[in-house]
Amino acid sequence: MTASPHVHDLGMPAGPDLTTVSGAIDASIAANGPKQTELRAKDLKTDQEVRWCPGCGDYVILNAVQSFLPSLGIAREDMVIVSGIGCSSRFPYYMNTYGMHSIHGRAPAIATGLAASRPDLSVWVVTGDGDALSIGGNHLIHTLRRNVNLTILLFNNRIYGLTKGQYSPTSEVGKVTKSTPMGSLDHPFNPVSLALGADATFVGRAMDSDRKGLTDVLRQAAEHQGTSLVEIYQNCNIFNDGAFELLKDPTTGPMWTIPLVHGEPLVFGPGGASCVVRDDFGGLRIAETNQVDASQIVVHDAHREDPSYAFALSRLSSQDLRYTPMGVFRRVAKPSYDRMMADQLEDAAAQQPADLDALLAGNDSWVVTSSS
Amino acid sequence: MTGTNPGISPAASGVATDMDRAAHSSAPGGLVKSVVELDRVVIRLAGDSGDGMQLTGGRFTSETATFGNDLSTLPNFPAEIRAPTGTLPGVSSFQLHFADHDIMTPGDAPDVLVVMNPAALKANLVDLPGGGLLIADSDEFTPRNLAKVGYASNPLEDGSLDKWQLVSVPLTSMTTDALADSGLGKKEAERSKNMFTLGLLSWMYHRPTEGTIRFLERQFRRKPQIAAANIAAFRAGFNYGETTEAFAVSYEVKPAPMAPGKYRHISGNQALAYGIVAAGQRSGLPVFLGAYPITPASDILHELSRHKSFGVRTFQAEDEIAGIGAALGASFGGALGVTTTSGPGVALKAETIGLAVMTELPLLIVDVQRGGPSTGLPTKTEQSDLLQALFGRNGEAPVPVIAPRSPGDCFDAALEATRIALTYRTPVILLSDGYLANGAEPWSIPAVDELPDLRVEFASAPNGSAEDGTEGQFLPYLRDPDTLARPWAVPGTAGLQHRIGGLEKADKTGNISYDPANHDFMTRTRQAKIDGIAASIPATEVDDPAGDATVAVIGWGSTYGPIGAACRRIRASGRSVAQVHLRHLNPLPADLGEILARYDRVVCPEMNLGQLALLLRAKYLIDVHSHTQVRGLPFRAAELAAVLQDVIDSTGTTPTAIPSAIPAEHTVGAASNGAVL
Repeated sequence: MTASPHVHDLGMPAGPDLTTVSGAIDASIAANGPKQTELRAKDLKTDQEVRWCPGCGDYVILNAVQSFLPSLGIAREDMVIVSGIGCSSRFPYYMNTYGMHSIHGRAPAIATGLAASRPDLSVWVVTGDGDALSIGGNHLIHTLRRNVNLTILLFNNRIYGLTKGQYSPTSEVGKVTKSTPMGSLDHPFNPVSLALGADATFVGRAMDSDRKGLTDVLRQAAEHQGTSLVEIYQNCNIFNDGAFELLKDPTTGPMWTIPLVHGEPLVFGPGGASCVVRDDFGGLRIAETNQVDASQIVVHDAHREDPSYAFALSRLSSQDLRYTPMGVFRRVAKPSYDRMMADQLEDAAAQQPADLDALLAGNDSWVVTSSS
Repeated sequence: MTGTNPGISPAASGVATDMDRAAHSSAPGGLVKSVVELDRVVIRLAGDSGDGMQLTGGRFTSETATFGNDLSTLPNFPAEIRAPTGTLPGVSSFQLHFADHDIMTPGDAPDVLVVMNPAALKANLVDLPGGGLLIADSDEFTPRNLAKVGYASNPLEDGSLDKWQLVSVPLTSMTTDALADSGLGKKEAERSKNMFTLGLLSWMYHRPTEGTIRFLERQFRRKPQIAAANIAAFRAGFNYGETTEAFAVSYEVKPAPMAPGKYRHISGNQALAYGIVAAGQRSGLPVFLGAYPITPASDILHELSRHKSFGVRTFQAEDEIAGIGAALGASFGGALGVTTTSGPGVALKAETIGLAVMTELPLLIVDVQRGGPSTGLPTKTEQSDLLQALFGRNGEAPVPVIAPRSPGDCFDAALEATRIALTYRTPVILLSDGYLANGAEPWSIPAVDELPDLRVEFASAPNGSAEDGTEGQFLPYLRDPDTLARPWAVPGTAGLQHRIGGLEKADKTGNISYDPANHDFMTRTRQAKIDGIAASIPATEVDDPAGDATVAVIGWGSTYGPIGAACRRIRASGRSVAQVHLRHLNPLPADLGEILARYDRVVCPEMNLGQLALLLRAKYLIDVHSHTQVRGLPFRAAELAAVLQDVIDSTGTTPTAIPSAIPAEHTVGAASNGAVL
């Protein structure tokens, strides 16, 4: 089955004497991280035919990811992409890395187990609005609060594509679909607000067709230690075509898009006509730049510990996508779950080296010397 | 026996009076006390949920194990953490059976019942045979407490308990008196009454006391005042027994003969957790447990969380699904993925188990069964998840299923489940139950280097060529010809990048395939892989000492003890019966059909409505006699023996002369091979 016997280094002792245990669980791999190599985009392609609908926004994202990933210098065998169910979740099949196309909504949970036990890997989750926010909503928020070292790409097309066009948890109220002929009643999630509510340490948003902006957010997300959530607006040209046209259109796009650049004032629109200022209730509001003093204009600070500011930013946009901030909302340093878990194992091993014989014997054993 | 003893006669123990040998000893104060030797005793402690009955029972068990008796325990407690004080739903009990010979069950009925309040009396008296010893804390039999459970008058005083050997003892006030100088308030001091009671019982049954004192010092090392109070109460109880006239007799149960070796006492959940730690060590794989708290499985999570130095990672997930999902993710990464739960959790994990079947990754799923359906009886035992384990998934999703037979056997079962999971790259379900989980027994501590070698090889190089002939390809679904297992290539291995998932796989390449012939082939191959495990299972053991039985009794899981005890009774009556007990429920042992066909009748007792019987009937076309019970408690040996006797006697070809009846429990003694229960 295998060419040569080989025991992979998972940080556990191997070899004939299995009863001796080194306490240095994962110490080596945790220190080293993924191997560094030089790759090109084509090295990341597989022999599988890409089977999304022609014109789907997923193609653009796949190309962007394949073009950008080599620049991280991570060996492709050290990358794992885990997905759930839905159109976006076919993503792993097209990437020449390790991958698992799992079950609906559970990718963050599966990736958590992998990332927590293998801190040496670069683990990615690819999911959609239905997968991540409906059936998998619980796993998403808990993954974010734990800060497991994962990069989550949430393709938001505001519709169920693979099941042929039902409304999703991000669809606007009143959406007319096959399952809602009189319009949907549900109020949608704002994925960025939701993630910030779960104290996510990295939250960003990008547009599928904006190669430069998408690459920039992806790079920062990949560099972040902990859970990164990137919401990618993705056009479904079959069931929800033009959902993001307001932001993509060269005329209207600049009017309604707020580019987020850390350290830069939040000024946007044609000629910088609009800006973001604080409102009287601790939140943010849009103002006309020439109506306010320059000192009132908010300078974007993605590193603020308190998520309230980033949350206020996320609330600027409405369901119709006007005033949509794009870029990195929040990026704060916090210990990641996998590292903390590895630390606990090391501490435990240092305090009391593993001794299976002693464990099995316990404190209250007795010896029977002869059968009476 | 001296005629002046006002206390309990040896018969109060209710057992084996022909074996009793009374001795006399002089206690402080000049009181002459008798020592009566017994071969076995069943004690039940019952009180309010807050009275610490489980702790007291656990300590008594430890003392008994250290002393060298064989033992078996049955904790029985409500799902409510603290039901209203003094009410029937709040009653918690702990039954311990210990003996000078090997025993198989916690005992059908107690010989001695200790009740800490009227509710405990009301809930448990029905199980105490006439003449049994009844010890009651008279302080708690207040008008208010009596009224709570509907006693119009005080049963300790109105003569209604004349049928039993009643000893009223003011346990609570004697405890507070003993702790008068401890500096504790009355309420706090009262909480030590369980230790006073334990001290009294320790005197009565000649238990060693050092272990309990050490335990209390350890347990309360940060609260020395509490430790001192508990130890003082414990000693006061012991001394009370020695000096009081209320108890004129103490009892001695000699150590049981056991094979030479080192022993400890162990509960099923503890043994299972140790088995998982050992499986990690013997496989050289880091253990990853993904679990969500659920009764009665949580103790496995607690225990494993304490063994991080063994490379054991424990992850308390947001729900059952995430628990198994994370475990499967860890398995993909090369860990020994484990998830622990009970029946409702298995229902939630079903889809992920299916994914593990499809991705053919090793995974251990532990189901500590409890009463169902739905939330059912969380703290009570049942065996009703067998069919769920075997078939509770969409599609053809075969999963190996194994079950331990005793608390200590949970250790070996965990190793065996791991062997199957790693060898065949498959999820495996291990079916424990509430009785095994919380019950305890002496356990022969195994030598680590004699445990099975579970080492596994990861794939490290390409293993084939592509359809177009390109060499050096990795085929993730190219199977081992013997086991049909696929290679396990873990992330980080250069050149073996591959994608797996829940969609149907093409043979060898593992690419998505919707080809009809491929799906048919892969479905049958997955089934054949699991069926093939039977080749690695040892031949079925048939226990038929006489060798002439025409009736066989078959069981699985925790019914081993009660069925075995029932078989001993049957044999003690001069009849023959063959006992077969299954560890592997899927696949069943290859020789099972042939073995069962040898018998005129096959009886299958189960704590469900006949799930194994259904399987045996379907698979072997045998007219299995199903005997079932779902009371949330283990079978009583005497009841099972009666069922077996009926079947044997009606089968008509019993080779030996049929005695009139099975000897009653209390008269079976050393004379008939010494085996009682």
